[in-house]
Amino acid sequence: MRKRLATLLLAGTGVLVTLAVAIKSVVAGGADTQSFTQIEKGRYLATAADCVACHTVPDFGRPFAGGRAIETPFGNIVAPNITPDRDTGIGAWSDAAFDDAVRRGVREDGQRLYPAMPFTAYTKMSRDDVLAIRAYLKTLQPVHNPVVANNLPFPMNIRAAMWAWDMLYFDPGAYKPDPQKSAQWNRGAFLVQGPGHCGACHTPKSLLGGDKTSEALRGSTLQGWFAPDITDDQRTGLGSWSNNDIVAYLKSGHNRITAATGPMAEEIEHSTSKMTDSDLTAMAVYLKSLTGQTETPTPVAASDPAMVAGHAIYRDQCSACHGLDGHGVAKLFPSLANSSVVRASDPTTMIRIILRGARSVATPAEPTAPGMPSFAWQLDDAQVASVSTYLRNAWTSTAPAVSAEDVSKARSSLRARND
Amino acid sequence: MARKLPKKDVVIVGLGWTGSIMAHELTDEGLDVIAIERGPWRDAPTDFPTNYMQDELRYRIRHELFLRPAQTTFTFRNKMNETALPIRTWGAFMPPNGVGGGGVHWNAETWRFLPSDFVLRTHLTERYGASFLPEDMTIQDWGVTYDDLEPHYDAFEYLCGTSGTAGNLKGQIQQGGNPFEGPRSRPYPNPAQKQGFGHTLFAKAATELGYKPFPQPSGNMSRAYTNPLGLRLGPCTYCGFCEWFGCGNYSKASPQTTILPLLIRKSNFTARDNSEVTRINTDRSGKRATGVTFVDTSGEEWEQPADLVILSAYTMFNVQLLLLSKIGQPYDPVANTGVVGRNFTHQTMSSVDGFFDKSKFNFNPFIASGAIGMCIDEFNGDNFDHGPLGFVGGGYLGQVQTNGRPIETTPVPDGTPKWGAKWKDAVRDNYLSSLKGGSIHASFYSYRDVYLDLDPAYKDRFGRPLMRMTIDFHDNELKAATYLTDKYAEIVKAMGAKQVDKSPRKGPYDVTKYQTTHLNGGAIMGTDPKTSVLNRYLQSWDVPNLFVMGASAFPQNAGYNPTGTVAALAYWAAAAIRSQYLKNPRPLVDA
Repeated sequence: MRKRLATLLLAGTGVLVTLAVAIKSVVAGGADTQSFTQIEKGRYLATAADCVACHTVPDFGRPFAGGRAIETPFGNIVAPNITPDRDTGIGAWSDAAFDDAVRRGVREDGQRLYPAMPFTAYTKMSRDDVLAIRAYLKTLQPVHNPVVANNLPFPMNIRAAMWAWDMLYFDPGAYKPDPQKSAQWNRGAFLVQGPGHCGACHTPKSLLGGDKTSEALRGSTLQGWFAPDITDDQRTGLGSWSNNDIVAYLKSGHNRITAATGPMAEEIEHSTSKMTDSDLTAMAVYLKSLTGQTETPTPVAASDPAMVAGHAIYRDQCSACHGLDGHGVAKLFPSLANSSVVRASDPTTMIRIILRGARSVATPAEPTAPGMPSFAWQLDDAQVASVSTYLRNAWTSTAPAVSAEDVSKARSSLRARND
Repeated sequence: MARKLPKKDVVIVGLGWTGSIMAHELTDEGLDVIAIERGPWRDAPTDFPTNYMQDELRYRIRHELFLRPAQTTFTFRNKMNETALPIRTWGAFMPPNGVGGGGVHWNAETWRFLPSDFVLRTHLTERYGASFLPEDMTIQDWGVTYDDLEPHYDAFEYLCGTSGTAGNLKGQIQQGGNPFEGPRSRPYPNPAQKQGFGHTLFAKAATELGYKPFPQPSGNMSRAYTNPLGLRLGPCTYCGFCEWFGCGNYSKASPQTTILPLLIRKSNFTARDNSEVTRINTDRSGKRATGVTFVDTSGEEWEQPADLVILSAYTMFNVQLLLLSKIGQPYDPVANTGVVGRNFTHQTMSSVDGFFDKSKFNFNPFIASGAIGMCIDEFNGDNFDHGPLGFVGGGYLGQVQTNGRPIETTPVPDGTPKWGAKWKDAVRDNYLSSLKGGSIHASFYSYRDVYLDLDPAYKDRFGRPLMRMTIDFHDNELKAATYLTDKYAEIVKAMGAKQVDKSPRKGPYDVTKYQTTHLNGGAIMGTDPKTSVLNRYLQSWDVPNLFVMGASAFPQNAGYNPTGTVAALAYWAAAAIRSQYLKNPRPLVDA
């Protein structure tokens, strides 16, 4: 009896506290900027949402001040300044305006945001989540940095057109937990679909740039990379990865199979390497629950001239690091025998790495950041195609052949890229 | 007029092995550290890519990774009554340049010196009497013992992932290792590398002759390894491009593979490349360093103030900076006074080529690593009785062929024409069935007339006098070379060679023939400020906030490659700075 009374009393106190906060919010016109709990929650969510990646010009020393051009198939969109500067940032925005932008893709003036801002994912967050991010952003140093966001060509520069886009592709609303699934799975689903906005890169897009939701997280090509299938598909996805492999990858950029490079390296550096192990495990549990879809293609025969040449090139040029058995060295040289990048439906990333070389991300847990040299000067298009075809069909892999034309196209499009 | 930069806790001159070790240790202590490096930044995967690093012409013949003599050089003479002339192309040694220093292009032989090497004069005098040593030999005890350095040797071997077989674990002699080595506290972090046919055959013949061969301790990985800093190395592929080359395969221990990726993540570390330190600044008393002055590539002069100055350049430049900065009394060999420049030494390398019946022997010499090989230590240091021999010192004998590269590795028997069809035939006949340059890696003890000073005539591009080296072999070293070469030839004969060509080192010292890059001394450590520049913690006797790393501290050279000892001394000095000096900056040894 005494215990129940205590509970009632505590509950009553809770209501009072909530009321007090609500009143204070109204008075102050916003979140309690002094609330450590809220700011800390916001900092963590902003990390999980990787806001800093797009809203910062790399190596310029002005985090969140905007100005970075975000490449889309329709043109570049420059990320705005989200520091609390009143003139050029979001210092003068109301909480409601901020929430509308993040979760509904609607600007303060009622115009619509382009989905380079992943509001289609952020909508899964709650209003509390978003206001926590806002509270955190308010603690940043205001930076005066005017940004002209829209550099799109006509007719994409007409924001009103986004109204129709939203109708087609935007499904607003906070994440609704699936009661059939565990709390861990639901947490993972929330993080992957919501703040993590994994689908922004990993989900195939329609011609208009909307998510093909029926193929969620099955891999997509953007910014000169192929973001691989991250479903549980055995051949092209995470099927051979354990939960621990996924956690190690997201935490350190490296695991026994692979190493992160390109945009994922940036993502890991700014975002997942700073997330808790329990959240990363939840994401792994969710991703492992997604069934893959690919059918195994017919393997290219070992006697195929491209396979014979590719095998020879592999032994000469690749095996010193990646090993004659293709397994590499855990957390140093990726395994090519077991690589979803190698087997991906679209070989863009593989060809890019062979031509350009690559460097994996340095993290506190794995500071080595090993690199691979460029082979563009050494192997011609047919040779790159052969070694790619070989790798895609060596050991237990099967994937369609890569042609010299594929490599030639990749070579010319990479020539135009400075990233 | 130099522009003054904000003060740092520590300025490090040179970012090679010792600079990197000191930077890591002192940033761990929380100090704000800047390292200033004369050469470019160098990074393993981008500067030593596996797909063009195997370019013998570029790196071996044209010296891609080394200092350019046009940037600065030394003058050389054999005798004090000669006029020294500038070296215009490197020959006997290869001064490193750039981040990683010699740690980039070394072979990664990772030896420890013998316990008796550190107390050399005392040891030899006790065993043979003072009159046994040549009168002008100036060998000294180091002021530090093997036991002092053991934990620091260990630290370096675990940093590097050294591959080897222990010969003495806590006093227990181990089968298959070097029975003469000092006791080690634990085994090598990695097993010894696999050995090629030639190396194995040498070990077999040596065993039959009663010796105890063991694998050369190697900083080339025998397997994948993660060092205590969390940095990862991959297994060596025995490509045969190690010495003179960088390793982008992550298989050779270097500052790039074992320290720098972690160091550059530290917010209290800054590196400045392409900046040449021109002097160490001192206050008016001359007893306290205030920092350094350096020049950037545009010729602009900068002053970097700091509380602590760590000199960690190559031997020659350590000594040059001390002399130019007027720290310590310059050595005068005539008056036999002063210390800076004294006890300059190098190495006494000899070799034996063996030619075998090509129908029976195929050595595949191109399968090799920098520190592969089997060695014996029966004739090193004072492991053997010198009484009847009339010399002191020695070296390890090793079949350590590190490559079969096409330009360099063309052994032909003595008497073959130097060019033309007959030379080509001989190369073809012998390439696979010969063993080139078996290594006789002998000591070079110190002498009164072998030293460094500032050249009176030649200046560098800043108008500073060049370093002048006065160096020649003495009879003691040449006698040892002949004796050791004969011993080695016996082994090659026992291996079944049909022809054995001996090349014992002969005088005079030749600055055009490569020996090793192991120049030592000139800023030596010791127990007495009258005969040494540094105390036992590598701290300047004259300027206590200056520590000088490197082989310039060796009072004489032993019969081993120096890097293990150089690194152990750096860790030893770092430990003294961290545990003693920082609490109360002062001379750590009373003069």
